[in-house]
Amino acid sequence: MIKCFSSISLAVTSLAVSLIIGACQNNPGSTGNAGGTGTSERVKIVSSLPMTGSSLGQTQTVVNGIKQVLDENQSTACDGKVKIDYEVMDDATAAAGKWDPAQETANANQAVADNAVVAYIGTFNSGAAKLSIPILNQADLVMVSPANTYPGLTKPGAGEGNEPNIYYPNGKRNYARVVPTDILQGSAGANWAKALGVKKVYILDDQELYGKGIADIFEKTAKENGLQVLGHEGIDAKASDYRALMTKIRALKPDLIYFGGITQNNLGQLIKDARNVGMKADQVKIMGPDGTFEQALIDAAGQDAEGYYATFGGVPGEELTGKGKTWYENYKKKYNAEPEAYAAYGYESASVVMNAINKVCKNDRAAIRDAVMGTKNFQGVLGTWSFDANGDTSLSTLSGNAVKNGKFEFVTKLEAK
Amino acid sequence: MKRWQNAIFYLVIVYLVLLLGPVAGLDIPRIITEIAQSPASLVQQLLVGLVNGAIIAIIALGYTLVYGIIELINFAHGDLFMLGAFMSLTVVGAFGIQDGASLQASGLAMLVSLVLSAGVCAGLNVLTERYAYRPLRNASRLAPLISAIGVSFIFINLGLFWGGLRSFFPIMGANAASPKSFPDLLPRIDILEALGIESNIEFTTKDLIVLVVAVVLMVGLQLFVQYTRLGKAMRATAQNREAAKIMGINVDQIIALTFLIGGALAGAAGLLVGLYNNTVVFTMGFTAGLRAFTAAVLGGIGNIIGAMLGGILIGVLSALSDQYLSSRWTNAWVFAVLVLILVFRPGGLLGENVQEKV
Repeated sequence: MIKCFSSISLAVTSLAVSLIIGACQNNPGSTGNAGGTGTSERVKIVSSLPMTGSSLGQTQTVVNGIKQVLDENQSTACDGKVKIDYEVMDDATAAAGKWDPAQETANANQAVADNAVVAYIGTFNSGAAKLSIPILNQADLVMVSPANTYPGLTKPGAGEGNEPNIYYPNGKRNYARVVPTDILQGSAGANWAKALGVKKVYILDDQELYGKGIADIFEKTAKENGLQVLGHEGIDAKASDYRALMTKIRALKPDLIYFGGITQNNLGQLIKDARNVGMKADQVKIMGPDGTFEQALIDAAGQDAEGYYATFGGVPGEELTGKGKTWYENYKKKYNAEPEAYAAYGYESASVVMNAINKVCKNDRAAIRDAVMGTKNFQGVLGTWSFDANGDTSLSTLSGNAVKNGKFEFVTKLEAK
Repeated sequence: MKRWQNAIFYLVIVYLVLLLGPVAGLDIPRIITEIAQSPASLVQQLLVGLVNGAIIAIIALGYTLVYGIIELINFAHGDLFMLGAFMSLTVVGAFGIQDGASLQASGLAMLVSLVLSAGVCAGLNVLTERYAYRPLRNASRLAPLISAIGVSFIFINLGLFWGGLRSFFPIMGANAASPKSFPDLLPRIDILEALGIESNIEFTTKDLIVLVVAVVLMVGLQLFVQYTRLGKAMRATAQNREAAKIMGINVDQIIALTFLIGGALAGAAGLLVGLYNNTVVFTMGFTAGLRAFTAAVLGGIGNIIGAMLGGILIGVLSALSDQYLSSRWTNAWVFAVLVLILVFRPGGLLGENVQEKV
């Protein structure tokens, strides 16, 4: 402080004064970190998930899963040498009712600016990941997603021409995910449709990255399986009703309507209007991907949700075996509630990050990134798996679920080809 | 010279439509074949459009009424309508009415929710006028507009909060922001089938109820404004507030009355849409409001019959676009038509009837 005052007295302009005060205030924090062999390191994990809006049901259990990992380790790593803080960020806004591009960008920038942050768990929506991966990439910050399934984020040749390299401006991969991608889910859905005896299908999507991607893959596999694709169209997610569209589809007499998208893009209304114009559940099935595999869908569609089919890029908590079964029971005991589908993936994401911090034992973003990306033969709640060079999981068991008596019930395990 | 300019202008529009149309699903030979193959689906879509248009028109009435009298675009109106739908859902839930309840069981609940949601929305709208618009009445025209946007945000958040009150109202479901399922209570009997006419066209009692309610409200409002003392006072206030005051009209009361009627209409529309679409969500006001506002402008804002016409035009255009073009381009087509109509008739379809204000 004395040094500070003396330099202030020497300073001539007010600009200089303010600069020096800034420098003095910064000093104590940075010396604490640099000198500390004996003192413990503090690192921080953040999660960026849509916590406002109807995804909350899912994302809250993801956050619970992450907290569970931290609690099991008393929020420390490396035998207590590293203390881990955790901050929950929300990438949704009340006005949008779902994830908001500006908010997701702001979250990523905030994580980069905070020196303590060493890992970013998220996002829930693939479209949001597109925005945050490049921001984090330039800061060598690792991102682990419990829920993104859009293939183009990682797999060369699976998305648009310049994907996925456009997301990794510094050339090093910093993004991994613990869920199988839509390539598996879309094709598993089409295989399931065939097994259910479907002959003619009409495909709709919500025009988002996730929804359209999965619908395209469904369409491709459906054609390979010999199903007749009557049409493929994008819907306006903000429309107040879909009677006109459903009237048109009814005239084509499909056995199945496949919806690529998320519940929040008005699937409840879509299902209601399908039934409203007279397509009965036993004549026309409706199927969707994991973005619709949640209680919110049943709340929205009410009675009309009965018989709705949803694929999920993994296995629901209660169907897990071994370590997963133990986790499922611990979760229920701890939170006194059933985990939603993604809770196990939240837990797994945090476990992978924890594992990496344990290997590195210091606040070094690049080293933690490399440790996460190099995860091999990880024994987690989902089974034993590895990240490949693209950061994708080696797991490929999916599940088919259907709504029965106002609840999603597990129907069958699906293996993607 | 003027003629030449007009001709070139038309040519540019035709050129743009032909150039951009195919991108947005405009394929004239295909559309003609489709219509020829199944004229029934054209009729069916016209009916769907008509009913949707009637719903848009009911909401549009609130915009047009308020604009007619104080030239304020009440952006909060769509969200007020959303709150009306929430109120109805709450009442229906409190009566314990479930999907598919008989009309005898649900009749009372529907009546109570009509009274309550119309009452609550009317009250809210009057309060809004008193505290958000009246203090700004003599301020610049943009000030109340911004105030209206603010009120709209308040209402949206109120809806979000309301949707989270599941411990009081179990019908709100597990999550505040999710769309909520509104029980299907209106009878759905196919009228043509009941009359013994064989056809592929479906027109149910549910559709008919919406149409009848819309027409009754529209005609009732028109008669009220044209032929009652209060209606006359409203028109006088709209034409010239100062002169109306001199003639002994209590302008503040008349404006409050206008908001009262507009609010009650929003509440009624909330119930009707809940019963018809069977989904209630806190964001529904924005979309509905946008379409209704567009309908009001299209028909000539301030004009009650114009709002009906605009609503039906938008409803029919959307339905036809969903059927023959591509549903992802529907909004683009609807608004392209809106732009065209406003280019040629800046006052809207029936806009001339509106008094020019100083």
